[in-house]
Amino acid sequence: MLDIRRTPVAALIGIVLTTLFVLAAVLAPWIAPHGNAEIVSDVPWEPMSSVHLLGTDNLGRDLLSRMIYGARITLFIAVLATALSFSLGAILGFSAAVFGGWFDTMLSRLVDLLMSIPTLIMGLVVLSVLPSNLVTLILVMGILDSTRVYRLSRAVAVDINVMDYVEAAKLRGEGSGWIIFREILPNALSPLVSELGLRFIYAVLFLSTLSFLGLGVQPPDADWGGMVKENKDGIVFGIPAALIPAAAIAALAISVNLVADWVLNRTTSLKGGRG
Amino acid sequence: MADSKANAGRLLDIRNLRIEATVYPPGEAPKTITLVHDVSLTLEKGKVLGLIGESGAGKSTIGLSSMGYGRGGVRITGGEVILNGRDILKGGKEGLRKLRGREVCYVAQSAAAAFNPAHRLMDQVVEATLLHGTATRAEAEKRAVALFKKLSLPNPETIGERFPHQVSGGQLQRVMTAMALCSEPDLIVFDEPTTALDVTTQIDVLAAIKDAIRDTHVAALYITHDLAVVAQVADEIMVLRHGRLVEWGGTRQIIKEPRQEYTNALVSVHEIEHNEQQPGTTPMLSVKNVTAAYGGGLVKVLKNVSVDIYPGQTLAVVGESGSGKSTLARAITGLLPPEQGSVFFDGRTLGNRLADRPKEDLRQLQMIYQMADVAMNPRQTVGTIIGRPLEFYFGIRGRERDKRVAELLDQIEMGKGFIDRYPAELSGGQKQRVCIARSLAAKPKLIICDEVTSALDPLVAHGILKLLLNLQQIEKVAYLFITHDLATVKSIADSIAVMYRGEVVRYGSKSKVLAPPFDAYTDLLLSSVPEMEIGWLEKAIAGRRMESAGN
Repeated sequence: MLDIRRTPVAALIGIVLTTLFVLAAVLAPWIAPHGNAEIVSDVPWEPMSSVHLLGTDNLGRDLLSRMIYGARITLFIAVLATALSFSLGAILGFSAAVFGGWFDTMLSRLVDLLMSIPTLIMGLVVLSVLPSNLVTLILVMGILDSTRVYRLSRAVAVDINVMDYVEAAKLRGEGSGWIIFREILPNALSPLVSELGLRFIYAVLFLSTLSFLGLGVQPPDADWGGMVKENKDGIVFGIPAALIPAAAIAALAISVNLVADWVLNRTTSLKGGRG
Repeated sequence: MADSKANAGRLLDIRNLRIEATVYPPGEAPKTITLVHDVSLTLEKGKVLGLIGESGAGKSTIGLSSMGYGRGGVRITGGEVILNGRDILKGGKEGLRKLRGREVCYVAQSAAAAFNPAHRLMDQVVEATLLHGTATRAEAEKRAVALFKKLSLPNPETIGERFPHQVSGGQLQRVMTAMALCSEPDLIVFDEPTTALDVTTQIDVLAAIKDAIRDTHVAALYITHDLAVVAQVADEIMVLRHGRLVEWGGTRQIIKEPRQEYTNALVSVHEIEHNEQQPGTTPMLSVKNVTAAYGGGLVKVLKNVSVDIYPGQTLAVVGESGSGKSTLARAITGLLPPEQGSVFFDGRTLGNRLADRPKEDLRQLQMIYQMADVAMNPRQTVGTIIGRPLEFYFGIRGRERDKRVAELLDQIEMGKGFIDRYPAELSGGQKQRVCIARSLAAKPKLIICDEVTSALDPLVAHGILKLLLNLQQIEKVAYLFITHDLATVKSIADSIAVMYRGEVVRYGSKSKVLAPPFDAYTDLLLSSVPEMEIGWLEKAIAGRRMESAGN
């Protein structure tokens, strides 16, 4: 399946970086030199040294360890939220396209309603009312984001639903399950995969924004966005601690999209990837 | 200069033309393929050369090379294209810009797709003339109106004020011919100008084009896959195959005394022996007084239609586009529930809506579509496509399913190697065969064939029709055959229903329907089918009793 020599360089870079991030996230307790909340220095923002490779943060915690634990939280939440938004959005969007009628109208207007409220404001209101824990955070992010996926998948599926092969399946007497998952989904996959790369990054950014505003991950845990917030005051003094998590977000964004593009290239072939 | 004097009457001279393109197969290094191999042709002023061949024969590619154009990344890599005494390939971009729309004009296959829907017809017709500065706007418009008149368009004075969607397909094709003639070019390239039209409309457009060519003394390259059509307009015919010249000669010689085997196959392709079967006693499917409409009853497309199909026989439904023949199929399959009337199948009434029908009824009634490419899910392999009805209706799975799929592939004359292929890896004819196998897999009693051969090349279509007839012999399946092609009808039907504007105007056994006396519409339809005979067009136009719908 994966032939390294024929994989483009960009995709390889993306795969390597993404794998590194995932490994860091999974193995955090074993590879991090210090604990997540462990204060290792009396001085805040200690510069980079052989003891603390990335220096320390505003409270004197080891920044590298915080970054590794942060990867865990960031990826965990972003992956689950994206998974939720895609399964919810795609299934509802496809169903709306296939069933049509009042089901489609009701769902579409509901989504319009949700989308008419700015996501951030909606998120702020909901999260400030609900108890602040990971589950609510993932649910809120997933559901808010699923409106975008819904619109995309409905639009794609409406076009596919009028193709002759879908009509042939309906004439055969196939149920909606087969039509949605076997006829429409494989053909809608390309736009969805490209959207997936983008949406995942939006989830990371949205989480960062929420954390920055104090409604996301609660201290002492922190995702990368939260770490930017903790260390932002240092920038005035020329301390790079806030830039490191920011750079990590950027690197993750790019590498995930490189992988998504590559997957997209491989899946658009209608000849099963053969010559 | 002696050479140019000898060629005084010669307008176009293509020498050893070689055209290549680079293809990018996924997962392989890009490679260069040759589309046209050393083809040479000459065309004199005021003459018409017909280029014919199957799809992929390179006829459009050669036609477009006369204006130095390569469609979709195609490159002219060798040879000379000499137009009016100079090699246009050496003129550079500036030279081509001066030439296109002035010396050479192009008439595309789909006029509906070739016109800009946002501009009025007149603006588009005179555009090239104005750009080249050969006439003022008033002169160009006067010329355009004269051309509209010559092409017998209705309201020639005002039709230019309309938008493309406000005129019919046949009229639009004639407007495009006017557009090509407006800048008074020396050469026009007609690329399948009547292929997308109904037979009854085709004859009008054909006659209009022929008159216009004669009156304006323009030379033309006429590209088509229909030999009977090209025989009406061309002085000479060039037969192409796989980018190579097969035969080139006068029209009479090509159609009467073809020298090459391939040309002979093209000329004699339409004949299939089929003995008409007499209708049995009880029809298997009978449509009784069905009326159907779109848009909540606003647009009636079927009016009180009744037809019967007998077991193991073929009913052909003939008519032009918009006559309701596909709607009849939709009503029978339950995709469009009829407003009145009902459909009886095997002695029981079929549910009006698809959802009301039991699985068994759905299995008995299968359908094959016109466009095989979109009738198969591009993400499923041939094995899945053919195997699904087996799983779905009979619960056959695993190895036994694969065995049955292989048998079916055998029946449609395709080998086992195809089971893992995707539709994109099949040719047009193979795709249609797979669709046939998919419907056969359900072991149906009736297959509805909706224009199954009209998107295919004549030779391939011939093969498909033969296959369908053979399968009918073996499986005893009945066909409802929807088509606008009367040659097809003659080859396979047992009974015929002629439809016009949603009504069945003539219905009965084949011999009865195709024997005089005819009603006006059937007469029009029958007389509009091009015959491979020089001078047929003039005779047909003179002998018509009814104007076609396009006028």
